[in-house]
Parts: sequence; C-alpha cells; structure tokens
Amino acid sequence: MDPTALLLSRLQFAFTISFHIIFPAFTIGLAAWLTVLEAMHQYTGRPVYRTLFEFWLKIFGVAFGMGVVSGVVMAFQFGTNWSVLSKMSGPIQGPLLSYETFTAFMLEAGFFGILIFGRPRVPPWFYLFSTAMVALGTTLSAFWIMVNNSWMQVPTGYVLENGQFVPNDWAQIIFNRVVWVRFPHMLLASYLTGAFCVAATGAWYLLRRTYRPEAHVMLRMGLALAAVLLPVQLFIGHLVGDYVHDFQPAKFAAIEARWHDEQPASEVLIAIPDSSTESNKYAISIPVLGSIIGSMSLTSKEVGLTSFPPQDRPPVVIPFFAFRIMVGCGFVMLGLAWFGSWLGLKHRLERSRLLLWGIFLSFPLPWIAILTGWYTAEVGRQPWTIYGVLRTADAVTPFLTASAALTSLILFVAVYAFIFSFGTYYIYRLLRAGPAGLGGKPLHVPVPNRPMSLADKTPAIAEPGE
Amino acid sequence: MVTYWVALLAISILIYLLLDGFDLGVGMLFGLADSESKRQAMLRTIAPVWDGNETWLVVTGVIMWGAFPAVYSMLLSALYIPVLVMLLGLILRGVAFEFRGKASRSRWIWDASFSAGSFAASFMQGVMVGALVEGLQFSNGEYVGGTFGWLTTFSVLCGIGLCFGYALLGACWLVRKCEDPVRDTTRRQIPFLAVAVLAFLVVVFTHALIEHLPILRRWTERPYLFVFPLIGAGAAATLATSILRHDDYWPFYMVSVIFAAAFGTLALSFWPYMIPFVITIDEAAAPHSSLAFMFWGAGLFVFPLMLLYVAIGYRVFRGKSAPAADHY
Repeated sequence: MDPTALLLSRLQFAFTISFHIIFPAFTIGLAAWLTVLEAMHQYTGRPVYRTLFEFWLKIFGVAFGMGVVSGVVMAFQFGTNWSVLSKMSGPIQGPLLSYETFTAFMLEAGFFGILIFGRPRVPPWFYLFSTAMVALGTTLSAFWIMVNNSWMQVPTGYVLENGQFVPNDWAQIIFNRVVWVRFPHMLLASYLTGAFCVAATGAWYLLRRTYRPEAHVMLRMGLALAAVLLPVQLFIGHLVGDYVHDFQPAKFAAIEARWHDEQPASEVLIAIPDSSTESNKYAISIPVLGSIIGSMSLTSKEVGLTSFPPQDRPPVVIPFFAFRIMVGCGFVMLGLAWFGSWLGLKHRLERSRLLLWGIFLSFPLPWIAILTGWYTAEVGRQPWTIYGVLRTADAVTPFLTASAALTSLILFVAVYAFIFSFGTYYIYRLLRAGPAGLGGKPLHVPVPNRPMSLADKTPAIAEPGE
Repeated sequence: MVTYWVALLAISILIYLLLDGFDLGVGMLFGLADSESKRQAMLRTIAPVWDGNETWLVVTGVIMWGAFPAVYSMLLSALYIPVLVMLLGLILRGVAFEFRGKASRSRWIWDASFSAGSFAASFMQGVMVGALVEGLQFSNGEYVGGTFGWLTTFSVLCGIGLCFGYALLGACWLVRKCEDPVRDTTRRQIPFLAVAVLAFLVVVFTHALIEHLPILRRWTERPYLFVFPLIGAGAAATLATSILRHDDYWPFYMVSVIFAAAFGTLALSFWPYMIPFVITIDEAAAPHSSLAFMFWGAGLFVFPLMLLYVAIGYRVFRGKSAPAADHY
C-alpha cells in the first residue's frame, strides 16, 4: 500500500462525495416542495402555484442533473479506489446499495422524464403522481444511503468469515436505532435546505421589489416549514449525539476536545485543540455541562482521548470545529425562521429589510451545516472505514499507484469545478430572471399525441418508443 | 440463487447496452449534425429517457457489488483509468442535457462536451470488454497488470468497434424517432456505419484467431455457440433489406438483435467464468444471506417494477418525437 495513494484516495472520496451531497440535499427538499405545489395547484386552481411550480422545476432540473452524474461516480468509486473494502463489505454494502438503486434511482429516473417533458402527454393526476414518485425516490435514496453509512459507523448484524463481512441479521442492520436517528436527521436537513433556498429567493425578490405574489408565497411557506422543522432537527441532532456517545466514544471525545477522562466533565465551548500537547489552548469551558450533554447526569464520568491508544484516535481539529459550525448554523437558522415567521404573522416582514437581507444571505447555511455535519461524522470515524473493524489504511486498493490516484483526483477536481461553475451560474440566472423568465410564451406547446390512459389497448411492454 | 443473480446481471447489462447504447450513439452522431435545428431534434429523442438509460449502468454496478463482490472489486480496481475516463465522459455528456438549454453564448461548450463525453464513455466501455476478453493479469485475486495493463491493440480495436456499434444503434433510433431532415441525413449514415461494424467484427475476430486467444477454444468445445452468429447474420440481412426499403421501424430492432446476439456469444463463452479463467461465478458469489436478502425484495419484486417504469417512460414518449418540445 502506497501512503500517498491512500491519502489521495481519501481526498478524492471526500471531494467527490462533498460535491455530490450538495445536489441531493437540495433536490430531496425541492422534490417534496414541487409535489406540494402541484397538489395545491390542482386543489385550489390558483395560478401562482403553477407559476412557482414551473419556475422551480427548471432549477430542479439543473440540480437534479448534476446530482445524477456526480452520483454515478459514487457507485464505482468503492471498487476503483477501495477494492479491499468493497470485497470485504460487498456482501452487506452491495445489497444495501442495490436496494437504493432498485427502489430509488429507477423511480426517480423513470418519472423525472415525465416531470420535465411529460405534462402535455399525461393526465393531471398522473403528472402529480409522477412528481410524488420523484420525491419518494429521492427520499428512499437518502434512506438506503443512511442505512449503508450507519452500518459503517456502527457495524452490526454480521459475522466475519473468510475475510468477508457475512450478514446474519438484516433486520438488525436496517432497523437499528442508529439508522433511525441519522436518517431523519439527514432528511430534515434536506427539507431545511429546500425551505431556506425557497425563502431566500422570496426575500431576494421582495428586496428587489419584484414578483411580490410569488415572493410572499415562497417566503411564507419556506419560513413556516423551517420554523417548525428546526426545533425537531435540533432534538434529533441531540439523539444523534447520543448514539455517538454510546457507540463511538473516541469520536465523541474528539468532538468535545476532551483529552482526559473527567468526572464530572466540563463542556469546551470553544478552544484550539492541540494534539501535540494533548490539550486545548484558549479554552472557554463550562463545568459539569459536559456530563449533562453526554449522559444527562451531573456526576457521570466522560471518556477522554488519552484513554485510547494513539493509533485509534481520530483527528480532533476537524470534528471539533466542524461540529461547532454545524450547530452554529442551526441556531442562526432557527433565529431567522422564528423571527421571520413572527413578523410574517404580524404582516411586518416586508418592511423589515434588514431581516429580509438576513434571510436572503442565509441560503448557504443549510449546506454548510450538512457538509460540516458529515465531516464530523466521517473524519470522526477515522482511523476506521468500518468502525472498530477495518482501518481506512487497510481498505484502499493495495496496488493503486500515487500517479494514477493523483491523475484521477486532478481530473475530478477540474471537471467538477468546471461544471459546478456553469451549473451555479445557470441556476443564478434562472433565479435572477424569476418566474417571468418563463416569458409570455405558453407554458406548453400542444403535442399531437393523445394523453396516455392506463386503459389503453396496447400492452405496456419494455419497448423503446412507439 | 446464484443463477438468478447471474441472469439478472446479464439482463441488466444487455438492457444497458441497448438503451444507453442508442443514447450514447445519438451523442456521437450529434457531433456530426450541421444545424441547430437538427441538433435539437436529435436531443429531443433522448432527453426524456437518458437518465433512466444511464441508471442501468448503476444497476449493473450494484448487482455486481452485492452479488459478486470479488469480481466488482477486482475489475474496477484493475480498470482504474478506463472507468475514470468513462465516468468523466458520462458526467460531461449528462450535464449537457440541462446546460445547453440554459446557455446562450456558451452553448458550443456543451455541444462539444456532449459528443466528446459520449464518445469517451462508449470507447472506454469497448476497451474494457476487449481487455476482459483478451485477459487481465491477476494473481491470488489481486490485479498485477499495472496501471495500463488493459491497453492493447485488441482492446483499442474493441473500443472503436463499440463506438461504431453504438453509433449504428443511435442512427436507427433517430430514423425511428425523427422526421426529415434528420431522418434523411441519418439514413445516409447507416450503410456506412453498418459496414464499419461488420468490418470491425471481422478484424477483431481475425485478430483473436492470430493471437490464439484462449477464449476461442470455447467455440470448438461448444458448437452451439454458432447459433448466435447465425441469429446475428439473419438480423443483419433483415437490417439491410429494411434500410433499402427506407423502413423507419425495423432497423432499430434488428441492430438490437445483433447486439443481443453478440452479447449472448460473449456471455456464454465466458461461462462458468466471470473473469475468464480467473474466477468463476460460484467463486465470486456473495454469501447466501446476501443473495437471499437481495432476492426476496429487490430481485423478485422491484426488478419487475423497474421494467415497468421503463415501459411507462417509453410509452409516454412513444412515436415520433414532438416537433417543438418546450424545454430545451
């Protein structure tokens, strides 16, 4: 094993998956919002919902496309760079990702085409159904990914045989409590991303004094959803912390920058952790709070990093700061959502330009929170790929050369930077142009084909065209 | 259980070859189109379905990982560079669908990335098949052939051959889905592409004979394999007559049959190996508990559902594609 190739493979995985998560995080929430808009339009008949639907559908299309192409990479990268991992854990991770592809990707892909192009060709109820199926697909995809990652965090339901993880209890793998706190955490994070992007766009239009009816709907719906979901999210986040405390004590100690066992433990609010001296510089800490957060107790003993042999300790700086940034983003969003909703109820939101600016500029916060949350989880899991069982250094493709790994990393960075710059630019232009960017032209050109009906006489077989 | 998953893997690869085959083929022909209206017409025939088509590649990948993890890890790590180039090609062509409609001055970038990406992905897929047929070097289940062990004359020939094959499939798709002028242009390309595919088949086969590729011994051991070339030849004859009759409907199916016949030949000459002469299907198979878990949900129930989604998708967008769809 070449240590440079290992480092480069880790960087490449981190880079490609960070890039990828930006898009699903956005489209999971957006797909749900599109379903709501389409349903409300069909129910109330108000044109504003239809306008908003068509507008956000275009943005959804661009983001979804980028999510698809960057996601295909993930399905193969386990094999190219992590051949030992993929061979050992294939019997567990392979079936989980198969379920993801079978239940989610095909659903999304099959109905995405109808969502973008199919409105004139299908009856309204089927169009709404297609929208809902795309939303369901994105959600299922998140579910299987969280099952898969949770198994890497807390491996369970397996025996080790002939150098492979052989599953012996799938119910344990899928229905353990780690999955069921981490999946809602990620799902809510995605909904919050969607909510804040929609609200920020509404705020932007109000600041520019344009598209007032659409802006009000966006702002109201986005802020209300965020105001309700954020407290739930903070609570679930706390439950996620509990699982880390119970199952991954070294990671928990790193997040807390707790170097030595303490009883009762203090909570380090902010500091500069220094692993060479195994201590914190410039620490501000609160006595006893660490025990309360960790074990809901005033007296509990909390484990410090020096209780673990050095080769089993995760890096400290990244999980420590990433966690604090995530929590900070959460509280800022909570403040904005609550204050904004309160002003909205009193019909004073539009006059409060300072708050509108705040909401407008807050759109990156959910993404920052998601990325830093994942960095906490993944860097904190080190030095393990499968926690406590398989080290990252032993999981990499053993014969991978540094030059091959460097080539692929450079190419990924170059291509992703290229498509990301254009993609965000196109999304920016769509948002800037606003719903009227659809222009005075009719929303859909009539198409000669008659609408599809399920009672059609031709049997539906997998036959291209016709 | 193992047999079921081998069969599902084979079916998924074949579906991928046919669906993304025409899709990538249209991408390569796209580079030859000489006007914006033609390019738009070509794109419209695949825009609603490309995402689903490409998903079959992921289906293939995850079935291989879940049911045959040893092969997944051996092949992907051995084919590091071809997989990388294929993925980058798929990325560049995939974003082009959404981006080119949003671009104004930069549209040419996405036109170029669309056809170049389609070409890179097709070429590398052919190269990988070629490398697999010719034989990659493994020792104790680990690849020992070096970073460029897959790069040989034979594999490059296979790469070029697959590009022509996909382009032919794409051309027949366009003839089915488009009206003139695209149909007219494409009709003139089809004979050239068909001859090129035929020529490459001959060259590849001769090359294999000269090199004494071990896989050829299968043909003497298993004479029934000759059924497939016969089916292929029959389909090629029908293809020729249907082209001469200016038929829009049949050429696509005939080329599909040729593809299926070629795939069947290859698959049955590999049998019972997954990587020829290195690892058999049974050796590569995941433990029973994994295969059973996949079978009782994904395999038995969701796989037919996936076929249903594909059917619905193609049914909604059946017939000649609309002259002026709004989105792109």
